[in-house]
Amino acid sequence: MLDSTPKEIIERKGGMINPAKTCQPIGAMYAALGIHKCLPHSHGSQGCCSYHRMHLTRHFRDPVMASTSSFTEGASVFGGVANLKTAIKNVFSIYNPDVMAVHTTCLSETIGDDIPKIIKTSEVPEGKLVIHTNTPSYQGSHITGFSNMTKSMVSYLCEVTKEVKEERVNLIPGFINPSDMREIKRLTKLMGIDFIMFPDTSGVLDTPMTGEFIMYPAGGTKIEDIREAGNSKVTLALGSYASSDAANTLERKCKVPAFTMKTPIGIKATDELIMMLRQKFTQEVPYELEEERGQLVDIMTDNHFQFHGKKVAVFGDPDIVVAMTEFLLDLGMLPVHVLTGTPGMTIGVSVGNFEAEIKAMLDEAGVKGRVKAAGDLFELHQWIKNEPVDLLIGNTYGKYIARAEDLPFVRVGFPVLDRSVHSYFPIVGYKGAMRLLEMITNALLERQDRDASDEDFELVM
Amino acid sequence: MQAIKLTDALIEERKNSITVKGSVEAKQKQSLTCDAESVAGCVSQRACVYCGARVVLNPVTDAIHLVHGPIGCSSYTWDIRGSLSSAADLYRNSFCTDLKEHDIIFGGEKKLAFAIDELVRKYDSRLVFVYSTCVVGVIGDDLEAVCKAAAEKHNIEVIPVQSSGFIGNKSAGYRAACDSLLRLIEPNSGDVKDIVKIPDSINYLGDFNLAGEVWIIKSYLEQIGVKVNVAFTGDSHCDALKKAPAAALNIVQCAGSMRYLAQKMEEIYDIPCLNISFIGLQDTADSLRKIADWFSNEAMLKRAEKLIEKKTAEVKPLLRNYRKKLEGKKAAIFVGGGFKAVSLIKQFKEIGIDVVMVGTQTGSQEEYETINDLADEGTVILDDANPSELEKFMTEKGADLLVGGVKERPLAYKLGMAFIDHNHDRKHPLSGFVGAVNFAKEVYSTVCSPVWKYAKD
Ligand code: SF4
Ligand code: SF4
Repeated sequence: MLDSTPKEIIERKGGMINPAKTCQPIGAMYAALGIHKCLPHSHGSQGCCSYHRMHLTRHFRDPVMASTSSFTEGASVFGGVANLKTAIKNVFSIYNPDVMAVHTTCLSETIGDDIPKIIKTSEVPEGKLVIHTNTPSYQGSHITGFSNMTKSMVSYLCEVTKEVKEERVNLIPGFINPSDMREIKRLTKLMGIDFIMFPDTSGVLDTPMTGEFIMYPAGGTKIEDIREAGNSKVTLALGSYASSDAANTLERKCKVPAFTMKTPIGIKATDELIMMLRQKFTQEVPYELEEERGQLVDIMTDNHFQFHGKKVAVFGDPDIVVAMTEFLLDLGMLPVHVLTGTPGMTIGVSVGNFEAEIKAMLDEAGVKGRVKAAGDLFELHQWIKNEPVDLLIGNTYGKYIARAEDLPFVRVGFPVLDRSVHSYFPIVGYKGAMRLLEMITNALLERQDRDASDEDFELVM
Repeated sequence: MQAIKLTDALIEERKNSITVKGSVEAKQKQSLTCDAESVAGCVSQRACVYCGARVVLNPVTDAIHLVHGPIGCSSYTWDIRGSLSSAADLYRNSFCTDLKEHDIIFGGEKKLAFAIDELVRKYDSRLVFVYSTCVVGVIGDDLEAVCKAAAEKHNIEVIPVQSSGFIGNKSAGYRAACDSLLRLIEPNSGDVKDIVKIPDSINYLGDFNLAGEVWIIKSYLEQIGVKVNVAFTGDSHCDALKKAPAAALNIVQCAGSMRYLAQKMEEIYDIPCLNISFIGLQDTADSLRKIADWFSNEAMLKRAEKLIEKKTAEVKPLLRNYRKKLEGKKAAIFVGGGFKAVSLIKQFKEIGIDVVMVGTQTGSQEEYETINDLADEGTVILDDANPSELEKFMTEKGADLLVGGVKERPLAYKLGMAFIDHNHDRKHPLSGFVGAVNFAKEVYSTVCSPVWKYAKD
């Protein structure tokens, strides 16, 4: 597979080959699913919505509900006003969510529907809400879409209703699995700190089997909690690409100081999260957490020789890749190719610069590597052909490269379409780091076993 | 059987898209509404025109499939078809012009031309399909002109696929794909009358070689003495496809997607066509006979009978075993095309399962009539269903099993119901005699899994 990828790298200007990203609406849809009793709504043709639901379904293996404006030729010429109005009416009468979260698609963006105006002039039943965000896919990526929808939650919902801020932290987790959100909540609870996390897809996309189909599962952040976030003492945006826009908007709107941190993948990023919580809330770190951290360091020690000096290529969503790169460096590994499909800076807002951030980390560690934002997997493959690696880390799409180059491959990120159970186990926090170590070590050891000649094949490794 | 009142149907606008065989309402109503636009605000299970075009053309293995549009349309369709190839694998890449804001404002033609140039230089391919998506339809890029210029420049086939998502539903995409195939097979020079027909040869239309199904059917046909000229489009390639006009007969498996192409080929190349189905024991045997009959070739007919006899003897005992375990279970069907639904009803009968609900995304009037004829009294028949309707009818009718696609799977599982993928995600061939066994085995392994014991506690 993909054996035809040429080694020689030439500049391209005609688009993407094997993208390392996808489009905004799916991110908006995923974020909206993290609100309790929310139905995401896709304003555009049926196809987009169906693809987004299908893709999320494949990754989470749980039902993903979303309605669509079902554009036809008429709507694409005369605008989608009537479609959205009908949709709003139908959604509430048929599916009865508490909130409907509208996102646009390329089509409705291109014809320029004025969503807020349509919402204002639509009949929304008493006590129900419609929020919206713009998600044109000719900008950004699914991460931008996630960020935009999260930001809209703040601008539509958060309020200051109390004079004194509550001793409580807002956690904006970013585009990570429900298991990761659970883990971040567990850490915060262990610290004894009150929190509001939004969006929160745990309990929505990892629901228990009950023999019933439940349109709105028990999970998701309650509307009143998102509102209340305006009264919290601080906001922690975990991952600058997916979360900082919302946190900064909240700071402007409700004067809740925002701090952007890495997604807590790996030991350093998790330490930073814990330290930040400790500092802001003058809380002691409980023994349980110290014990977990100690176990992690123990595992790192037990296996350090495995990792040291191994070359790695890592790709995926920027927040994940940034934290992952830091962790790999901590393990003594050499992330020589680092790539994301999401553009380096979000349009309009400067939220860090992927290439500069990674380069700085590599430089500090004395590692020479290639880094790119807005890249594609064709390019990553070419890099690997020019400088081979020992391990590839990324989402399912990496399997083509792994096969063509015969590489051990660890699946991390979104989407993972060809393995199951991944969304039930965290990769964040100390426990998540242990799990990553297990996956990386085993991938390398399995490779060693497979390649070993009879005389080198060993029982104990 | 439990009666369902149609007035319970969940959405007023959807009333005419749902019927219950033999009910009072059904008798009063003219016919089922289908091929209508979905209602805005529904959780529709339907896909778009581009999706339809892509699924039909993607199995052309040596083509560059270039999606002209923003990134999502191409990334969601990257290698999700499950069509196997015996040689080239270029089709398994995802190529996209990745339109940006600038292109939306100033037009994407230049970028498209660049993209074709770059791809043709990189990959050794003689065929490029360029798919238009919604946005391209709205900004009005002249795909035709860009493709024509590129074809001349590189001296290869560059064929536009007019598949903007909003111009209809999936069936419009099938048609767009067929139009592109027609352009591909059109002889560059010479008269249609000069085409020399190959005796005893057929084109096999509407099989996409999921899990290698084309290979199975090809082997049957060859065993009875039929030459398979080209398969459309499973495991096909540019050179083979171009030979299509020389076939003596077209047989059509997936009628939804390829009937139109067959009709056109009849008009233009005077190739008659037969509707066949290789899904299920009975259909497979009937189809082989039908083909041999058409050639009115005694020897062929004899070979067909022999093959049928031999294969049936092989699989009958296996099927009988499964039937024993499955007798009396109830199945619900929700698939893309009407033709597949028809085959499935028959196949369920073969293993003793009652079908209690049948729905499709794109079934035609005619197909719904056939479904209605085949279905038992009380069966719910519905077009373009949404998850709540599926849930409602499956639960009320007490279905043990659902046949559907990706989005239906977790829905069934959450209900504690067995599930079979009869779409792109399946890993076993379901065609032919061997397919009939695979099907029964798959039904058995899901319906009789011990897991439901826990699910239903
Ligand atoms: S049209 Fe835009 S929103 Fe729809 S799938 Fe394509 S990229 Fe995504
Ligand atoms: S934009 Fe249009 S063509 Fe693309 S997925 Fe959406 S509906 Fe289909």
